[in-house]
Amino acid sequence: MVSERQLEAIKIDMDTIEVSNLNRQFLFRQSHVGQSKAKVARDAVLKFRPQMSITAHHANVKDPKFNVEFFKQFNVVLNGLDNLDARRHVNRLCLAADVPLVESGTTGFLGQVTVHVKGKTECYECQPKPAPKTYPVCTITSTPSKFVHCIVWAKDLLFAKLFGDKNQENDLNVRSSDASSSAHAEDVFVRRKDEDIDQYGRRIYDHVFGYNIEVASSNEETWKNRNRPKPIYSADVMPENLTEQNGNVAKNCVVDTSSVSAMASLGLKNPQDTWTLLESSRIFLEALKLFFAKREKEIGNLSFDKDDQLAVEFVTAAANIRAASFGISLHSLFEAKGIAGNIVHAVATTNAIIAGLIVIEAIKVLLKDTDKYRMTYCLEHITKKMLLMPVEPYEPNKSCYVCSETPLSLEINTSRSKLRDFVEKIVKAKLGINFPLIMHGSNLLYEVGDDLDEVEVANYAANLEKVLSQLPSPVTNGTMLTVEDLQQELTCNINIKHREEFDEEKEPDGMLLSGWTQAPPAKDDKQSMNDKQSIGNGGDSSNALQTEPADAVKDGEMEEISEPSGKKRKLSEGSKASILDATDGTRNHKEVEKLDDDDDDDDDVVMFDDLDSMTNKKKRLQ
Amino acid sequence: MDGEELTEQETALYDRQIRVWGADAQRRLSKSHILVCGMKGTVAEFCKNIVLAGVGSLTLMDDRVVTEEAWSANFLIPPDENVYGGKTIAEVCCDSLKDFNPMVRVSVEKGDLSSLDGEFYDKFDVVVKLINEKCRKLSKRVAFYTVDCRDSCGEIFVDLQNHKYSKEAISVPWRALPRKASKLYFALRGVFEEAEGRSPGEISIADLPAVLKLKKELCEANALNASHVTDSLLERLIIGTREFPPVCAVVGGILGQEVIKAISCKGEPLKNFFFFDVMDGKGVVEDVSNPKKESK
Repeated sequence: MVSERQLEAIKIDMDTIEVSNLNRQFLFRQSHVGQSKAKVARDAVLKFRPQMSITAHHANVKDPKFNVEFFKQFNVVLNGLDNLDARRHVNRLCLAADVPLVESGTTGFLGQVTVHVKGKTECYECQPKPAPKTYPVCTITSTPSKFVHCIVWAKDLLFAKLFGDKNQENDLNVRSSDASSSAHAEDVFVRRKDEDIDQYGRRIYDHVFGYNIEVASSNEETWKNRNRPKPIYSADVMPENLTEQNGNVAKNCVVDTSSVSAMASLGLKNPQDTWTLLESSRIFLEALKLFFAKREKEIGNLSFDKDDQLAVEFVTAAANIRAASFGISLHSLFEAKGIAGNIVHAVATTNAIIAGLIVIEAIKVLLKDTDKYRMTYCLEHITKKMLLMPVEPYEPNKSCYVCSETPLSLEINTSRSKLRDFVEKIVKAKLGINFPLIMHGSNLLYEVGDDLDEVEVANYAANLEKVLSQLPSPVTNGTMLTVEDLQQELTCNINIKHREEFDEEKEPDGMLLSGWTQAPPAKDDKQSMNDKQSIGNGGDSSNALQTEPADAVKDGEMEEISEPSGKKRKLSEGSKASILDATDGTRNHKEVEKLDDDDDDDDDVVMFDDLDSMTNKKKRLQ
Repeated sequence: MDGEELTEQETALYDRQIRVWGADAQRRLSKSHILVCGMKGTVAEFCKNIVLAGVGSLTLMDDRVVTEEAWSANFLIPPDENVYGGKTIAEVCCDSLKDFNPMVRVSVEKGDLSSLDGEFYDKFDVVVKLINEKCRKLSKRVAFYTVDCRDSCGEIFVDLQNHKYSKEAISVPWRALPRKASKLYFALRGVFEEAEGRSPGEISIADLPAVLKLKKELCEANALNASHVTDSLLERLIIGTREFPPVCAVVGGILGQEVIKAISCKGEPLKNFFFFDVMDGKGVVEDVSNPKKESK
């Protein structure tokens, strides 16, 4: 049977190849930039293993076509994803299909490989993963204390306001307490007909760095315990007439937008240099000018893209000027780009090590060598004499709502909170269920789907706006709600407990979910406690007042590398799993490789090998 | 490539790794010269890693012709006779490696290490070789790495100062060695091969009974419990000569990291022996340097 085994693989990746991938994603070449990762990877692997069967899907792994039936084909699933949302999704599908999952991640010199088998080990979600970082709205709009706050302001507020969708809500002027001045403020950002571009630039500059700061500065309460920001006006920083200083922006020359750069225009060559306030200001104005001169058509539709040189220049400049205002140190374009683009640093060596470890675990899975499954951690510094540290997998967490289906509890004010709040803040944000079905007993309160008729859609829309106790099937204290995701085949039961009051600071959502713990985000300053809402780095500004959308911030794919908590029991030695063979013992065994990147970060490449010789070797040794 | 600043091309290509080790380290890498002897799978992995990292140059030595064993564990050699026919392993690997990063100068040097003189070595910052390569004393500044992967194990020996293939390291009194089978294996093998007058690494299954006998004798002579050196480990290491590709990736990765650390002067180099065994999944670092040795 061993010698007859054919190796088949399916590879899923929605991403295309970028230059910055090439330092480690070695199946790709310069000439492949812009092409589908899945397809090019497939071609490259076939060159050194032509006998393999590989199918490449240039698609998002969350696409409904990759359903439980699809996953059931495989003996093992290997993940090389770069965001928490996709990982949770695949985890749930693998549980539903009862297919072992080998998970992995790297950041710089750190990495880990973990194995997840339903019923035998923890699933990927048994141990809570850190939530992506969010920042309170007030910190971004009024009281920044770190450079990242300035970046978020520059990217999600200013850039979005000037170049993005005009219809989006934007907190840029949220500090204006006066309603009439808000209406006036709307006009401020729009360039008037025939307004001179230099004049427009300076007007914007003066408004956001000068006027807005003065307004904010006038609020005594805010600055009681903080240093007041200094307003900055263009005339003070750049008294000369700009058109004499800057490079040429010839209107009539056709320029490839990818090469349009304010830095080039001003002769600032090194992205590692930290600009001065003056240089930042010049870049700010020049970048603005270039957008209007060379990329006018895109204005109104642009969203920030870390690979858009001009956008990065603008955001860096704007963040720097704001930083100068608030006494925060300025940063280079290189650093700013990393922060704004949530770039994960990555090297070829760590990826190679992790890839090797993935294959080792995958082979154990294929050989059903259950006792030998390991979670392996690649450490940066030697710990207990080890650089590679294997740990036995733990048993499933009995209170994991994903794999153990333990009910959760939710404290909520059922007379005040609407169904919409429940859906956004709990179902989507916390539970990661994006296409939910919500039931109270046999009553459907809410669902999403393509097959709904108009009446149903209207019904559900109406339900969203009702408070829980007023729903057609009232939700009150003691109610049990069932939330399902049909694609993930996940069912989650939630016991509702009514509670009147919630602490505005500690429980800004007005709800408390328990029975499952989400790890707190990385430590932030105390201010995060004092603000009602939060804003994420990367979320579009319409969600500014909510926690950011799940895929906005790329998770660093690194759970804490410190020793896993010892409170759960390890898989006991000598327990042989009677794993039902998911396939029917046919000769074709398939494996799946997933490389689904929303961004280019850390695509793990798994090298397939000729399984025959491997298993033959193993047999010989026994 | 040799200017003081990184070029725009380098900055774009190396962006993600510059964020790990910084622009200065990247510049140092771009000026470094590596010599590699013996292109087995692990070494191929290592070469891939440092070419991607952007070293200045890489020189390959391996005059052997391509065989099925060669391309089964070395992904730089396509299993296509039209491609590799008539070429040495080094030549085929050189062609593949150039492709990974056009900014690195990859070349082939014929011959073997023992035929080279000090002047030749002086051009290099790092030398990586297999266990069965003999070589002469090198200049002091060259960093020296020995690597071997067999079956499901792999090892790296790091020498940043003393440059002889370190028989000396393994002649450390056994009681002074940490109690790890791997070290004892190394010692055992070295001793055995010394006694038999053969090249290091030339041991095979026929030798197993003799090795086990030797182990028993040595353990008795040194008053060491024989069970410290498990027979099964010795057996695996002697019988399994082929490389296991995932182990090549792991060891080639660790080796790549070590060499990058040495060149960039960033990060603590491992001292001085690394061992990885799929059976227990541990990547262990041991210090087997002889405390009494003076650096030369």
